[in-house]
Amino acid sequence: MNPPVRTTPIGPPVVQAPQRAEEAGARTSPRLPLDPLLTLAVLGLAIASVVTLGAATHNLIPGDPGYYVDRQVLYLVLGGLSMLVLARVDYARLRPLKNAIYGLLIGSILAVLAVGHSAKGATRAISLPLLSFQASELGKVLLILALSAFVVDRARRLRERDTTARVMLAALVPAMFVIAQPDLGSGMVYMVIAFVLLLVAGTSSRQLCALLALVALSLTFVLVAAPAAGVHVLKAYETERLTAFLHPSTDPRKKRSYQQEEAKIAIGSGQKTGRGGGATQVPLGYVPESHTDFVFAAVGEQYGFVGAGLVLCLYALLIWRTLRILTMAKDLFGALVAAGVAAMLMFQVFVNVGMTIGIMPITGVTLPLMSYGGSSVITTLLAVGLLQSIYVRSRASAALKGRVGLY
Amino acid sequence: MSAIQRFRPDDSAAGTSSGPARTPPTSPQMAFRVAILGGVAAVMFGVIFFRLWYLQVLSGEQYVQQANANRVRDLPVAAPRGEIFDSEGKAIAASRVTNAVQVVPSALPPKGARRGALYRRLGALLGMSARHIDALVEKGRTALPYAPVTIKTDAGPVVLTVLGERQNEYPGVIQQPVSIRAYRYGVMAAQVLGNVGQVSKPELKLRAFQGVKQGTVVGQEGLEYYYDRYLRGEDGVQRVEVNSEGYPEPSTLKATPPKAGYSLRVTLNLGLQREAEKALLEGIERARAGGKPAVAGAFTALDPRNGQVLAMGSYPWFDPNKFAKPLTKSEYEALEGKAGGGEEEPARLTDRAVNGTYPTGSTFKPITAMGALESGVLDPNAALGAGQCIHVSTERFCNAGKAEYGALDLVNALRVSSDTYFFEVGELANSHGSVIQEMAHKLGVGEQTGIDLPSEITGVVPDRRWRAKVAAQELACERRRRVSSCGISDGRQWSVGDNMHLAVGQGDLITSPLQMAVAYSTLANAYMHQGYGTVVRPHLGLEIDEADGGLVQDLSFPPAGHVRLNYADLSLVMEGIHDAASQPGGTSFDVWSGWNQSQHPVYGKTGTAERPPKEDQSWYMCYVADPKRPIVIAVTVEQGGFGAETAAPIARLMASKWFGKPEQFVAGTSKTF
Repeated sequence: MNPPVRTTPIGPPVVQAPQRAEEAGARTSPRLPLDPLLTLAVLGLAIASVVTLGAATHNLIPGDPGYYVDRQVLYLVLGGLSMLVLARVDYARLRPLKNAIYGLLIGSILAVLAVGHSAKGATRAISLPLLSFQASELGKVLLILALSAFVVDRARRLRERDTTARVMLAALVPAMFVIAQPDLGSGMVYMVIAFVLLLVAGTSSRQLCALLALVALSLTFVLVAAPAAGVHVLKAYETERLTAFLHPSTDPRKKRSYQQEEAKIAIGSGQKTGRGGGATQVPLGYVPESHTDFVFAAVGEQYGFVGAGLVLCLYALLIWRTLRILTMAKDLFGALVAAGVAAMLMFQVFVNVGMTIGIMPITGVTLPLMSYGGSSVITTLLAVGLLQSIYVRSRASAALKGRVGLY
Repeated sequence: MSAIQRFRPDDSAAGTSSGPARTPPTSPQMAFRVAILGGVAAVMFGVIFFRLWYLQVLSGEQYVQQANANRVRDLPVAAPRGEIFDSEGKAIAASRVTNAVQVVPSALPPKGARRGALYRRLGALLGMSARHIDALVEKGRTALPYAPVTIKTDAGPVVLTVLGERQNEYPGVIQQPVSIRAYRYGVMAAQVLGNVGQVSKPELKLRAFQGVKQGTVVGQEGLEYYYDRYLRGEDGVQRVEVNSEGYPEPSTLKATPPKAGYSLRVTLNLGLQREAEKALLEGIERARAGGKPAVAGAFTALDPRNGQVLAMGSYPWFDPNKFAKPLTKSEYEALEGKAGGGEEEPARLTDRAVNGTYPTGSTFKPITAMGALESGVLDPNAALGAGQCIHVSTERFCNAGKAEYGALDLVNALRVSSDTYFFEVGELANSHGSVIQEMAHKLGVGEQTGIDLPSEITGVVPDRRWRAKVAAQELACERRRRVSSCGISDGRQWSVGDNMHLAVGQGDLITSPLQMAVAYSTLANAYMHQGYGTVVRPHLGLEIDEADGGLVQDLSFPPAGHVRLNYADLSLVMEGIHDAASQPGGTSFDVWSGWNQSQHPVYGKTGTAERPPKEDQSWYMCYVADPKRPIVIAVTVEQGGFGAETAAPIARLMASKWFGKPEQFVAGTSKTF
C-alpha cells in the first residue's frame, strides 16, 4: 500500500489538553473569584442585620439613633474587605503556620483575661478604638485553622485514640480559658468545632460515641454532682438558666427565664407578617440585648414569620454552601477548615435561634452576621473568606482536571 | 458526590507537617459523615420552622395580647377636687394645676454611689438636700411601691428646662402636671377644712374610701374627709405606652377624662372667721404679755336657730397647703406638733372646738340653775351663798379670791357669778338625784353633737353611775395589770362634793366648746320660743353643687332633739346672764362697755376653769340676740387666766364683727371663776 498522503494523528491532539486547561482556567478563576451563592447569602444576611438593627436600636441610645447601625455597617465593610483579601490568599499557606496560629489563639485569650475590660460581670474584650476586641470570637477561626492543620498532619493516625485525645485537648485548653472569662457560649463552640473536625476527618465511630458519652457524663457532673458536693464549676446564673430551661415548673414566676419569656412574646407577637412600626417588645426595651444575642427576636417581631423565615432561608443557604464547599475542597485541609466553619455556623445559628424561641437554654452565643458586634461580624466574614478561598482553589484545580461544574 | 472520591490514598503526603498540601485519603465514610452533618442541619431547620410556625402563626394572638399588656399602663388622671366655698360663695379651698418633679423608683440607678450622686445633682437643682430626697422616695416607695414619687411641686421653669433637656443626667426623674389643693387663706379654719393626702394602705380598707384606687388624693381630716366622696370626683384613665424601665413613651392611645368633684358650700362666714382668728390671736398675745402661758385656744360661733356653724377655729393652727406638697415623716410630725422637743407643744392638727376636753368653769352655772329650777329643788328667790366659803363635812368650798358676795337670789348670783351660791345649789340638788346632769344632757352637754366633722368627743357629765363605772374600771385594770393604780379613778364613791364641783363647772366635767355652744343655743332657742326649744345639730355643710354651679343636693340637718323648759324659770336664768354682761357688778359688764344692749342684748357668762397645776383656763359663752341674725359664741383659751380678761374680749370682737360694730379689745377685770 502506498504511504498515506497525509498523516493525521489518531489520538487526540497533544496541544488540546493544555489549551482546554488554559481556557478553563481563564474562564473560572478571573471571572469567578467568589462563590456567588455563598456571597449572596452573606450579602442578604448583612442587609437583614442592618435593617433589623435600624429598627431595633433606634431608641437604645437617646439622641443617637444611628449609633449601632453606623458601627455595624462599618464592621460589615471591614469584614467584607478582609473576606475579599482572604479569598485571594491560598489557604494552604496557612497550614504550616499552625503552631503560630495556636499560639496567637492562646495568647490573645490570656491577654484578654489579663488586661481586658469588664462589662456586665464578664471580662471578654480588650478596648480598641471603635471596637472592643473579643479574642474568643477571633479564636474560633484560629482554632479551626490550627486544629485542621493538626488533623491533616496526623491523617494517617486518625483511628488512634491518641489523636482524638490530642485534638480534643487542644480545643479544651482555650475553651477552659474562655469559659473562665466567663463566656460559656464560645467555649462550647470550640468543643463542637473539634468534634465536627474529628467526625469529618474520619475518626472511628466508637471514639466519637465515647466522646459523646463523656460530654453527657461531664454535663451531669457539672450541673448535678459538683453543686451537690459544693463545687460550682459554672457561674450561678449559668446553672440557673440551664435548669430554668429544663424545668420551667421550678420557675413559676419567670424570674430566671425572664429574657427568654420576653423574647418569645416578641417573636410570637410578630405573627405572620410582623408588627413593623407597631412593634413594642424590642423598641421599648422589653427584650434585653435585642441588638446582640436576641437579635432574632427583633427580626421575629418586626417582620413576622415571613421575615424570620427569610433570614432562616439565608442561613440554610449559607450552611448548604459551606457543606458543599467542604465536599468540593481540593485537599483534606480545605475540607476540614470548611467543616470547622460549618460546625461554628450551625452551632451558633441553632443555639441562638433556639434560645430566642425557647427551645434551647440561654448560653450567650451570637447569631453570625446578624448580631451587632465587630468581633463577631469580622470573625464570621473571615471564616467566609476562608470558604471562598477553598472554593476558588478547588475550582481552579477542577478546571485543571477538566471537570468544571458551576456549583 | 463524585467530587468526594477525589481524595485517593495515593494523593497523600501523610505525616509531615511541612509537606505539601496534598491530602490523606478520604473515603465514602467522609461523604457519609458530611451527609450526617447536613441531615442534622435539615432536622434543626425543620424544628425551628415548626416552632416559629407554632409561636407566630398558631399562638400569635396570645403573644400580641401579652406584648400589649406589657407596654400599656393605665395611669390615673387625678380628677380636679371640688372647691369649698363659704356661705357667701367665696372660695376657701380650690385646686391648682402645677408641674411636679417625680422620681420613678424602679428606674433609678442601683443603690450606692451612683444613686447618691444623682440625688446630690437633683438636690442642687431643686434646692433640697440629697438626704431629704432619699427620705421622700423611701416614704413614697413604702406607701405605694410602683407609683412615681413626687419630690417637688412648683419647680421653676429653669428646673423644668434643665430636666427636660438633660434627661440622661437624671435617670428615673420625670416631670408631670399634677393638680394640688390650694387653701387660699392659709391657716384659716385649717382644722375645720382639714387637709388632703394620698390615700394610705389602711385607709383603703375604710368604707369611706370604698372604690378609691391606690395613689388617689383624698381628704384626710376635717371637711375634706367628711365630704370626700363628693369633693373627690372620679379619676380619669390615661393609657400610656411605657418602656421596660417604666418611662412613658409618646403614643396615641385613647384617654378617659376625669370627672371633676362637686363643690361644697359651707356655713362658715369668711369675714367672721377671719376676724375671730385675729381676735383669738390677739387675746392669746395679750394673755402672754400678762404672764399667762396661753398655749392654745378655740372658738365656735353658731346660729342658735338652726345650728349653722358661722365660725370655728382652734389655735395653734397650721397651713394645710403644706400637706399638699411632699412631706417626709419628720416634717409631718413637726406639723402635727409632736416633735416639740422637751417642752410639751400642743398638737396643731387637733380641732379644739370639737375635740378639746375641758371643764367649763362658771359658764356651766346657767345649766345648773336650769336643772335645779326645773326639778323644783331651787327657789329662785331664796338667798343663798352667804360667806366666803361653804363647809361640807371636812371640805371647804370657797369663792374665787375668797370674795364675799353675801346671800343672793338666782339672778344676782348669776350676775356676779357667786360660787358659794352654786355650791349650795349643788349640795341641795345632790339629795334629789342627778337633776343637774339630766339638764346638761338634755341641753347637749356630754352628748355627741352630730356635727359633720370626722371626730368629736362625747364628754363626761359626772354622776353617781359614772363614778361607780370608773371605779370598777380602775379595779379591773389594777387586777389585770397587777399595779397599784391605773390612774383611771381613785376608786371612791360619788359624794356631795362631786355634785357641788359640777354645779360650778369643775370636778370631773369634760366637754368641748361646741357642746357648750349647743347648750347655750338650746337655751337661746327655747328663750325665743317661750320655752319650746330645739337642740340644734351644729353643721358646716350647706349644699353640694356641680363644678359649674348647678345644685346637686341641699344638705339638711334635722335637730338632735327638743326641749320644753318652764319659760318663767328660763327667763330668770337669761336675765341673770344678761345682767352679767350688762349691769354693773356683772362679770363681763366692763367687757361690753359701750355696747348697745337694747339693740343687741348680750346674754353672756364668763368661766374660769381651775386646772392645777396649770394656769386657769379662760372661758366665755354668750348669746347675742337679734331678730335676723342671732349668734351664740363660745371662746376658750387654755391657761389664759380669768374668763373676763382673755376669752370675753375675744367674744366681743367676734360679735362686733358680726353686727358691724366698731371692733375693740376690752379686757374685763372680773376675777371670778
